[in-house]
Amino acid sequence: MIVLDTVPSGALLLTVGVLFAAGVYLLLERSLTRVLLGFVLMGNGANLAILVAGGRAGAPPITGATSEPMSDPLAQAMVLTSIVITLALVAFVLAMAYRSWQLHGHDEVQDDLEDTRIARLADADAPSYADSDAEESGSTLDEEAVAVRDEVALPDRETPSGNARGREDA
Amino acid sequence: MTPWSVETLVPLPVLVPLFAAGLALALHRYERAQRIISVVALSVVVAAAAGLVVAAQAGPVVIDVGGWAAPVGVNLVADPLAALMLLVSSVVLLCVLLYSMAQGIADGNDRTAPATKDTKILQEAIRGQDADADEDTRRDVLPVAIFHPTFLILAAGVADAFLAGDLFNLYVGFEILLAASYVLLTLGGTVERIRAGSVYVVVALLSSIVFLVAVGLVYAATGTVNMAQLAERLPDIDPGVRLGIQGLLLLAFGIKAAIFPLSAWLPDSYPTAPAPVTAVFAGLLTKVGVYAILRTQTLLFPRNEALEAVLLVLALATMIVGILGAVAQDDVKRLLSFTLVSHIGYMIFGVALATQASTAAAIFYVVHHITVQTALFLVVGLIERRTGTTSLDRLGGLATMAPGLAVLFFVPAMNLAGIPPLSGFLGKVGLLEAGVVDGSGLAWVLVVGSVVTSLLTLYAVVRAWNKAFWQPCPEKLPEPTPLPWGMVGPTAALVAVSVGLTVVAGPLYAYADRAAESVMDGRTYIEAVFPDGAPRGTGESNKTTDHTEEVEP
Repeated sequence: MIVLDTVPSGALLLTVGVLFAAGVYLLLERSLTRVLLGFVLMGNGANLAILVAGGRAGAPPITGATSEPMSDPLAQAMVLTSIVITLALVAFVLAMAYRSWQLHGHDEVQDDLEDTRIARLADADAPSYADSDAEESGSTLDEEAVAVRDEVALPDRETPSGNARGREDA
Repeated sequence: MTPWSVETLVPLPVLVPLFAAGLALALHRYERAQRIISVVALSVVVAAAAGLVVAAQAGPVVIDVGGWAAPVGVNLVADPLAALMLLVSSVVLLCVLLYSMAQGIADGNDRTAPATKDTKILQEAIRGQDADADEDTRRDVLPVAIFHPTFLILAAGVADAFLAGDLFNLYVGFEILLAASYVLLTLGGTVERIRAGSVYVVVALLSSIVFLVAVGLVYAATGTVNMAQLAERLPDIDPGVRLGIQGLLLLAFGIKAAIFPLSAWLPDSYPTAPAPVTAVFAGLLTKVGVYAILRTQTLLFPRNEALEAVLLVLALATMIVGILGAVAQDDVKRLLSFTLVSHIGYMIFGVALATQASTAAAIFYVVHHITVQTALFLVVGLIERRTGTTSLDRLGGLATMAPGLAVLFFVPAMNLAGIPPLSGFLGKVGLLEAGVVDGSGLAWVLVVGSVVTSLLTLYAVVRAWNKAFWQPCPEKLPEPTPLPWGMVGPTAALVAVSVGLTVVAGPLYAYADRAAESVMDGRTYIEAVFPDGAPRGTGESNKTTDHTEEVEP
C-alpha cells in the first residue's frame, strides 16, 4: 500500500529558519536590490516550508501502487507554482530597481513625501494642519515631488544631469 | 453530461480575460483591435457573472477544473457571495476600462499626473538621464502595448481570487492580480511612480510571503488546502496551531485589505497612479482582501471570541485613524485614499461581529463601497483633466464652471458619507443594527465609532466640496479643457449604478443576507463541493469517472 512519510527533516526546518532570518534582515534594508535578495531568500524559505509539510525528502512523488514510501505530490505541485510566481516577481523587481537606478543613480527606496513634510513640521514645531481655509500652503505635494531633495543620496553623488553629460562627453 | 451547463459559466471570468490578454498583447500594434478585445472580454465577464449571480441562488455552482475532483484537483466555486462580488467587480472594471480608453492612457499620452508644468520638468529630467533613449518619444510609446493586457490580467486575477475553492488557488489569484497591479502602478516608470511603486511592491511581496507560509502551515496541519475540506478539518486540530494559522492568514489579508496598523502603504502609493488605475485599485484590490478575510473567518475557522474582539478593536482603529488622516489632507486623491482606509473599518466591523446580520451588512457595504469609491476616483480624474490639479488649495469655483461635474462629485460623496436615503446610509444602518443586537460593550463602542467616522467622512467630503466646487477660485485655473464624453459617460454610469443600488437595496440586501447565510453556515458550501458526502480524496471527478483507469500492479 502507499505510505506517506510525514516526518519532517530537522535539517530542512533549520534551513527554513535561517532563510527566513536572513530574508527578513535583508528586507529591512533600504536598497531595492537587497530587498529583492531578501524576498528571494524568504520565498525560498516559504517554498521549502511547503515541501517539508509534504513529508520527508528523497522519495519519488509518483510511484504507482507499490509499497515503496512516496513523497506527497501535491506539495511539490504547489511549490512549483510558487517558484514560478517568485521568479516572475523577481524579474519585475529587478526591472524596477534598474529603473530606479536610471532615474536616481541608486536604487534606494525613498522617503514618503508626506512623511518628510510631517517630519519637517514636527521639526519646526508647527501645527500639522493649519487653517488652510484662510491661508495658502504655497506648494502642493506634486510640486514637492519634483523639488524634493533625495535624502538617502550619497554626499559625493553627482547631479543626475551632470551624470548624463559626463557619459555623453566620455 | 451536456456540453453547456450553468457550470460552464464558472471558469469564464478567469479564462476569457486571460485569453484576451494574450490576444491583446499579440495585437499590440493594432490599438483598435486591442480596445475591441478588451471591451468584449470584460462584457462577457459581466454577462457570465450576472448568470452566476442568478444560478448561485439555488446553491453554490462548482466546477472541477481539468476533471480532477477536490480535494486533489483545483475547483472553482461560485457561491452567492463570490458571484455577487464578481458581478460588481466586473461592472466596475468595464466602466473603468471605457473611461481609461477615452482618457488616452492606453495611447500613452497620459498627461494627467502630475500637473502640466511639473510633467515638463519630469520629462526633461527623464530625457536628460536616459542616455539610452533613441528618441524623445520613447517613454511615451512604452505603455501602449501593455495597458490593455495588464488590465485584463488584473480582471482575471480578481475573478480567480473570488472563485477560488482552495487556499492555494486563492494565493495564485492574489499573485495574478498583484503582479498586474505592480505593472499598472508603475506604468511609464516616472520618478513619482517608481518611488510609490517601490513601497507598494515591497509591502505586497511581504504579504504574499506571509500568505504562502500560512498556506504551507495549513497544509502541514491538515493535509489539505481545499476550503470545503478545511472547513471540516480545521475545527478538529490543536487550537494553538489553529490560532497561529488564523493569525498568519489575517496578517496576510490585513496587509492587502489595509487594516489599520498595516495600512500605511495605501495612501502613499495609490494617488500617484493614473486616475483610472487608482480608481480600480481603490475599488477592488482592498475589497479582495476583505473578501478573503470574510471567507476564511466565516467558512474555515470556528468562532473565536478573543480574535473577534481584536478584530473589532482593529476595525475601530482603522475607521478613526483613516478618517482623521482624510480630514488633514489637502489633496483630493489623498483624501479619498484615506477615506478608503477608513471605510475598510466598517467592513471589518461587520466581519468581526460574526453574526448573520452583520455579515450581510458587511457584504452589502462592500458592494456599495466598491461602486462609490471607484466612482469618486473617476470623478477626481475628471477634475484633474478639467483643471490640471487635484490640490484643494488651487481648486475652486467648479460648481459654476462645471455644474455637471459638481453633480457627479456630490452624489457619490454624499453616498460615501452615508446621507439617507443613499446606499451608504443603508449599509451603515445595517452594521449599526447588527452592533446593537450584539449588545456587548465593545460592539457599542464600535457603533459610536461608526457614527463618528460617518460624520467625519461627511466633514472631509464637504470640505473638499466647499473648497473645490463652492468657493471662488483662489488663482486662475488653466484654460478649460473639454471633457471627452467617453470619460464622463462611464463615470456617470458608475454614479448611476451606485444610486441604483439604493433603488434595488431591498432585493440586494436580501441577496446579501442569503450570501451571508450560506457563508456562515458552510454546510451548503461543503455539500456542493463534496456531493457524495465524505471527501472522496481519489482525485476522480464524478463527471469523468468513466475515464479513470485501474492501475494494475
